[in-house]
Amino acid sequence: MGLIQLGRHDKDGAPDVITGSLEKAVNWARKGSLWPMTFGLACCAIEMMAAVSSRYDLDRFGAGVFRGSPRQSDLMIVAGTVCRRMAPVIRKIYDQMPEPKYVIAMGSCATSGNIYDSYSVVQGVDRFIPVDIYVPGCPPTPEALFDGILKLQERIMQKRVFVTQPQEVKTSLKV
Amino acid sequence: MHQLARRVQESFSPGVVSVTEWRGDVVVTVRREKLREVAQVLRDEPGMDFDYIVHVSSVDWPDDEERFEVVWEFYSIRKRHRIRLKTRAPESDCMVDSLSDLWRGADFMEREVYDMMGIRFRNHPDLRRILMPDDYTEGYPLRKDFPLRGKGWRDTFDFLDETPQ
Repeated sequence: MGLIQLGRHDKDGAPDVITGSLEKAVNWARKGSLWPMTFGLACCAIEMMAAVSSRYDLDRFGAGVFRGSPRQSDLMIVAGTVCRRMAPVIRKIYDQMPEPKYVIAMGSCATSGNIYDSYSVVQGVDRFIPVDIYVPGCPPTPEALFDGILKLQERIMQKRVFVTQPQEVKTSLKV
Repeated sequence: MHQLARRVQESFSPGVVSVTEWRGDVVVTVRREKLREVAQVLRDEPGMDFDYIVHVSSVDWPDDEERFEVVWEFYSIRKRHRIRLKTRAPESDCMVDSLSDLWRGADFMEREVYDMMGIRFRNHPDLRRILMPDDYTEGYPLRKDFPLRGKGWRDTFDFLDETPQ
């Protein structure tokens, strides 16, 4: 976005005209108000809670409004071990979120299953939902989660808004 | 010998139970035909008074003739002593009596033993799987001959239209 100085504001002398593409403005608005969903599955959720609370303050990045409903959220932070029995639930919640929606796989378990190479643990949440950002760690510190959210914001800024994008993953829930 | 161990030994005719003790834990091993009889005494005898069931678990001994072992742990809240009750079942007739009518708390824990080890409980009120889904078909995951990574269930997502690459 650029600034064009046509005149000055009467009081403080700030420029009063901003030019730029509408796409950038839309992306800027989207990245600046991510609404994550409260979705803690295991111990990573504790770090996620710490990230929201006052010491770390996730609200600084506009992503502090955790919602209890997928209908009101656009970011799903999958924080913890994903058991196979939980998988259809996660998929259903993901499908209930309105577009545009993003997924962060927080921690080694959500990324790859970690050490739990067992009969009941899914080896990475990306096996059944598309993941935008992987945050490594066991568990990741709040700073690592912030890094993932900032990377996601960079990614959102690069998205095309008014053109049709190729679908990355075509999977959807059976009717 | 522990006072409780002696008391249990004296309550039954010889050969019914074998009482062992290790580091202060009293363990009563019983043949499964006598299981209910022994459990009833443990609960109702004034000197024993085991009114609280702590846990039900099971052990798989793949090389033994009587392969499966079910373990009940009891505690007496009034007397403040605890005891462990064990019985065995072979793989061909993998069934022991349920104790869930004596201790209501045994209900869910025996279901867990059934779910994970495949040991059935006679006269259990509601013997269904409790941790795995009802339509799980791969068997009993905690048996020693069950493959560690399962038999493919964790990687099949039947709720998806197509499998992602």
